[in-house]
Amino acid sequence: MATKSLQAKGKDLAIANKQLEILNGGIFADGELPYFKDNIAKIGHFPLRPKKLEILQINVGYMCNQVCEHCHVDAGPDRKEIMTRETMQQCLEVIKNTGAHTLDLTGGAPEMNPNFRWFVEEAAKAGIKDFIVRSNLTIIRANKKYYDLPDFFKKHNVHVISSMPHYTRGKTDKQRGDGVFDKSIKALQELNERGYGMPGSDLRLDLVYNPSGAYLPGDQMALQADFKKALKEDFNIDFHNLFAITNLPIARFLDYLIASENYEDYMYALVEAYNPSAVANVMCTNTISISWDGWLYDCDFNQMLDLKVASKVKHIKDYNEDILNDRNIIISQHCYGCTAGSGSSCQGTVA
Amino acid sequence: MADSYYDPKDLRKFGKITEWSENLGTKFFDYYGEVFKEGALTAREKSLIALAVAHTEKCPYCIDAYTKDGLQKGITKEEMMEAVHVGAAIKSGAALVHGVQMMNKHDKLSM
Ligand code: SF4
Ligand code: SF4
Repeated sequence: MATKSLQAKGKDLAIANKQLEILNGGIFADGELPYFKDNIAKIGHFPLRPKKLEILQINVGYMCNQVCEHCHVDAGPDRKEIMTRETMQQCLEVIKNTGAHTLDLTGGAPEMNPNFRWFVEEAAKAGIKDFIVRSNLTIIRANKKYYDLPDFFKKHNVHVISSMPHYTRGKTDKQRGDGVFDKSIKALQELNERGYGMPGSDLRLDLVYNPSGAYLPGDQMALQADFKKALKEDFNIDFHNLFAITNLPIARFLDYLIASENYEDYMYALVEAYNPSAVANVMCTNTISISWDGWLYDCDFNQMLDLKVASKVKHIKDYNEDILNDRNIIISQHCYGCTAGSGSSCQGTVA
Repeated sequence: MADSYYDPKDLRKFGKITEWSENLGTKFFDYYGEVFKEGALTAREKSLIALAVAHTEKCPYCIDAYTKDGLQKGITKEEMMEAVHVGAAIKSGAALVHGVQMMNKHDKLSM
């Protein structure tokens, strides 16, 4: 289990360029595996272009109470990048005027941003249809000041999406750290008590599953059935949907793949599982990702690789949806993570 | 040429079998895919059976493949180990049950 971010450890892979060198080099540069670009060109999707904007995903900071080994954000308690109120204000302007129907707050642990509650209250007023907060569950039990988060979420009709690596303690704690499982269970029970995740309830509670290692997620529906059965039988927990998400080979997960000598096999597995019919619906085609400091990206992954949108409009202060939507999406080999099998996005499978 | 009989990288090339005999290769992979689909048995149950058989067949490729497949399906290591023991128990039982033959022969030959 990691205790520090790559950035705090001063690791090479904390630098986006180094990650891109790896993703563009090696088995891809020597022709063993095809570039993502070449594969999507075959089906007429290069350059990759956005469709109608549906989701604004705002990353309010890389600070997190956890240091998960697979984290593509390289988040942790030592990360100090946090969205300021001023940037939030600029985001609010955009939220009020956007054509997007979904607002998706992520981090780090978004709740750790000191302006988080103010921001949620203000954003909720904009009346956006689906207001998501990605909560890691343990934050709710991390400190007294967070104990009332389930009530706060309910008050603002927030759609909670939470990560849950497995329905067994062993597998969960291995990926996320000791005690994470018990805390997550407690948090889920509290959300259930407020009506979250209950059958027929409007208070949405979805879970995110991503593999704890160098392998791809199995069938989303089968996993969902296993999770539902086990969580119900063992802990009387209900939730709505399970999203099976593929780990993309960037940041800490890339570091892990290389250190465990799984990188090549993993890339082979991704390329082998490439599904052309997932391409049209990859997340970047309907999402804009905004970083803690207001820069705009095609997705949260490109944000971590520091690949800002290829548009005249690059920052929230200059936001213009029409100009922004008329752009080419920046791709590299990490994109194979979005097109493997049934595809993968922050909302689960796409194909 | 590889200088050992088993190379983990060869598993990636399994699909190439089809290149030298398209008809038979395709038939095999279609059949294989069909077998492992959700049916009267779940895909999860089939994966555990495959893991057990991979061990009794002592096929290193299959062991790698079905350990990974089990992880993908959320199968725990305890479940995987129990499946391996099922395979091993059948293997040892199959050896041991021949002890009856030994006993029969022994008694037949003895006065
Ligand atoms: S995966 Fe989520 S919970 Fe874990 S360190 Fe990253 S942001 Fe935090
Ligand atoms: S990694 Fe980002 S840019 Fe690449 S396909 Fe996925 S969502 Fe699109």
